[in-house]
Amino acid sequence: MAELYEELGLTEDEYRDIVRILGREPSKVELGMYSLMWSEHCSYKSSKTLLSQLPTRASYVLQGPGENAGIIDVGGGLAVAFKMESHNHPSAVEPYQGAATGIGGIVRDIFTMGARPIACLDPLRFGSLDSPRTRYLFSGVISGIAGYGNCLGIPTVGGDIYFDECYDGNILVNVMAIGIMSKEHLIRGQATGVGNAVVLMGNRTGRDGIGGASILASQEFDETSQEKRPSVQVGDPFTEKLLIEACLELLEKGLLVGLQDLGAAGISCACSETAARGGVGMKIELKHVPLREEMDPFEIMISESQERMLAIVEPKKLEEVLATCERWGLPAVVIGEVTEGDMLEIDWYGEKVVEVPASSLASGPVYDRPAERPAYLDEVQSFDPASLEHPADLGRVLLDLVSGPNLCDKRLVYEQYDHMVQLNTVVYPGSDAAVLRIKGTSRALAVSVDGNSRYVYLDPYVGTQIAVAEAARNVVAAGGVPMALTNCLNFGNPEKPEIFWQFKEAVRGLAEAARHLELPVVSGNVSFYNESFGAAIYPTPVVGMVGLIGTLSTRRTIAFPAEGLLVVMLGDSLDELGGSEYLKLVHGMVAGRPPTMDLGREKGVQTTCIEGIRRGMIQSAHDCSEGGVAVALLECCCAGGLGARIEVETGLDPVSWLFSESQSRFVVTMREDDLGAMRTLAEARSVRRMNSTPCWHSGG
Amino acid sequence: MRFGVVVFPGSNCEMDCFHVIDKVLMEEVEYVWHQQTDVSGYDCLVLPGGFSYGDYLRCGAIARFSPVMEAVADYAREGGLVIGICNGFQILLEAGLLPGAMLRNVSLSFICRHVDVRVENADTPWTNAGRQGRVLRIPIAHGEGNYTAGAATLAALGEQGRIILRYCDRDGEPTTASNPNGSVDNIAGICNEGFNIFGLMPHPERASEDILGSMDGLLIWDSVMAHYRAKG
Repeated sequence: MAELYEELGLTEDEYRDIVRILGREPSKVELGMYSLMWSEHCSYKSSKTLLSQLPTRASYVLQGPGENAGIIDVGGGLAVAFKMESHNHPSAVEPYQGAATGIGGIVRDIFTMGARPIACLDPLRFGSLDSPRTRYLFSGVISGIAGYGNCLGIPTVGGDIYFDECYDGNILVNVMAIGIMSKEHLIRGQATGVGNAVVLMGNRTGRDGIGGASILASQEFDETSQEKRPSVQVGDPFTEKLLIEACLELLEKGLLVGLQDLGAAGISCACSETAARGGVGMKIELKHVPLREEMDPFEIMISESQERMLAIVEPKKLEEVLATCERWGLPAVVIGEVTEGDMLEIDWYGEKVVEVPASSLASGPVYDRPAERPAYLDEVQSFDPASLEHPADLGRVLLDLVSGPNLCDKRLVYEQYDHMVQLNTVVYPGSDAAVLRIKGTSRALAVSVDGNSRYVYLDPYVGTQIAVAEAARNVVAAGGVPMALTNCLNFGNPEKPEIFWQFKEAVRGLAEAARHLELPVVSGNVSFYNESFGAAIYPTPVVGMVGLIGTLSTRRTIAFPAEGLLVVMLGDSLDELGGSEYLKLVHGMVAGRPPTMDLGREKGVQTTCIEGIRRGMIQSAHDCSEGGVAVALLECCCAGGLGARIEVETGLDPVSWLFSESQSRFVVTMREDDLGAMRTLAEARSVRRMNSTPCWHSGG
Repeated sequence: MRFGVVVFPGSNCEMDCFHVIDKVLMEEVEYVWHQQTDVSGYDCLVLPGGFSYGDYLRCGAIARFSPVMEAVADYAREGGLVIGICNGFQILLEAGLLPGAMLRNVSLSFICRHVDVRVENADTPWTNAGRQGRVLRIPIAHGEGNYTAGAATLAALGEQGRIILRYCDRDGEPTTASNPNGSVDNIAGICNEGFNIFGLMPHPERASEDILGSMDGLLIWDSVMAHYRAKG
């Protein structure tokens, strides 16, 4: 066994723990299960302690972290489930299938809770576009998202894409899914009721994705990574679509006690988690599992074949459940039953191969990793952008910025995604937040993802606060009130103290910003080991924000809506070129300090903007972010097909005013008559008129 | 008027069509399961968009073997109104109820965006509420909408006025630049000889409400309802 536990990614101490728990040596199958369930990917063993500082509660939170997805109450008997996840390593090895199965996994998390998935958003990070490998990965990932998401009929309504050399060896493919449900259909991934049947639904089990969680997701990349291609699962969106419809039908008819998707660690994870959550045991006979090929019990237990669900069903409802699955053409079989106690017992043709306490699998070890401030920080932070010589032609700089890969129009990508199906998308990709109407009501959801890893690299604490603030600001610009957030924390190897310090600071920043902006963190995901050949990515926390628009007519886009309006800056512009896109593109540097984040100021500006929109004063709103005011104004003009002559008196030099990425700012438009009232509303906060003549028609 | 929306495994626009017929047109509507063999109670059948059977083979190639398709063919043969949208159009082609075939888009990518299409023949059950030459702004969302057909078929389609919609620019010119997928002659929608079967790649159900940015799709729904009422 000694060689095997190492090969499976367990430490010697962890192996000893297993022996202690069982009071004996584990069988090979048991060891395989522990190796997956105790992997970083499944157990959060390095992050669990730190994540407990995140605020998770609010009166409208129906389900916080710990389940398949977080759920908030949006009124009218409706609830919204959402979560973000990573599929980084599989996508780096096999971009199409990696990205595709990433969608499949997060979508299952949503309908597992009883919600109909209504949208996906994809935050993506790639290496430099100059490299042919990046271009291959880029097109593979986009096609994978399109291929899977479009087939499911779930619109991909948003996301963001950044290119930076730090992702050359380790791309990031995160995905957020959102679902809507009647509150009474909420169901949890729990097994209860001794004697209830355990039903496996969906695809047959095959050898694909064996050990994905431990071998791929919980190790760094090196020269053997390509050999890990067999650990990547293969997606079947058609079966997933049938699963969605069948499961939602079963839930609507009240036929299920519990529902759990099979993701990382497959049957091992689904059985142990549902049993542990419900405080029961489970007895499974593996010979009933429908197989694609001849497999042994070890392989069956850890296979990560996609598009499978585990349902807990009362015996009297079993027949109807199986009939419903058959109508949808889905294989469904009883593989076991819920038992008293907390033992997970698994047989293979009558012979016991596993007998372990379910809770011991579901609650793995917890580590308090050493953290140490990285040495690079002093050097990068001490850089002062004031020492630079700026180019003379700032118009050229602006054009270079908006034609660069990070800030250019992303139509090429989002037009490959069906972003309209389901008829809810009322603000399309390309604005600050996508807006989804809630049919049958006058309300809508505003959703956005955000995460600028350069800021986080330069200061993990401040950078992560900015990610939260900006995601919220995006929702506000669309006319929404931010409600709750999910996140995906992408970092390097947590066993390295410098990386763990970054993580610790980022979580502290996330918690602080969420608390201050009163945004509960209802779900999330941690992805460690994002390194290749020992080099880590920039620390990349990505925040997904969901907000509520009370009345559809108060939704806003970034587009200048009409001629004759005033262009107004809400918030203060400061001399803050550190970490900016300007610095990177023009001077090739990632240095300085990120823009300052004053959470009090942020909250004030957001509240002012929400109120200005609600009272009908603000006609359009755009968050000022990467590329600064210059890029924000250009985007507003292009989206609206209007021009504007901007003349501003500031104490800043033109480069700083144009390209600083100061936070807590909106570019808004309003009628001249409303300027006075807006100033009163904003109290002491800065409301600066930016044009001497109203915006005009640019003539096509 | 009573609509039936056919649901194949993998259809994903059936709820959108249902929503528009029920909530916008305020007409009767039911789902028709792909295993159903009797469709006699409906005044119009809608084959919605999606990825029937995953479109793992050619688009629509498996769906055409669904039990319901024989009933749809009989229904159409007797003059029943059938509209196939996107994947529904592809299924009608595979079933031989409309002529021609689909290739992958010339870009080899899926495309989802609003396009302009010109009404080529306003004297049909599907377009009578408009006039010839009217430009409609309706979204497309497909990977295989590059329509093709043999020379004889194309000539017949043209001569008999069976090309119903063509991709065009804002001014109504069917230019190469305004052709999103490479379709021959910019064809976006065609009818059978009896004009009771209509296949089109654009999604009229996505352009039937003001809040979604265009109501031009209503022309098609309004036309078929007017046709039905006129028929008595």
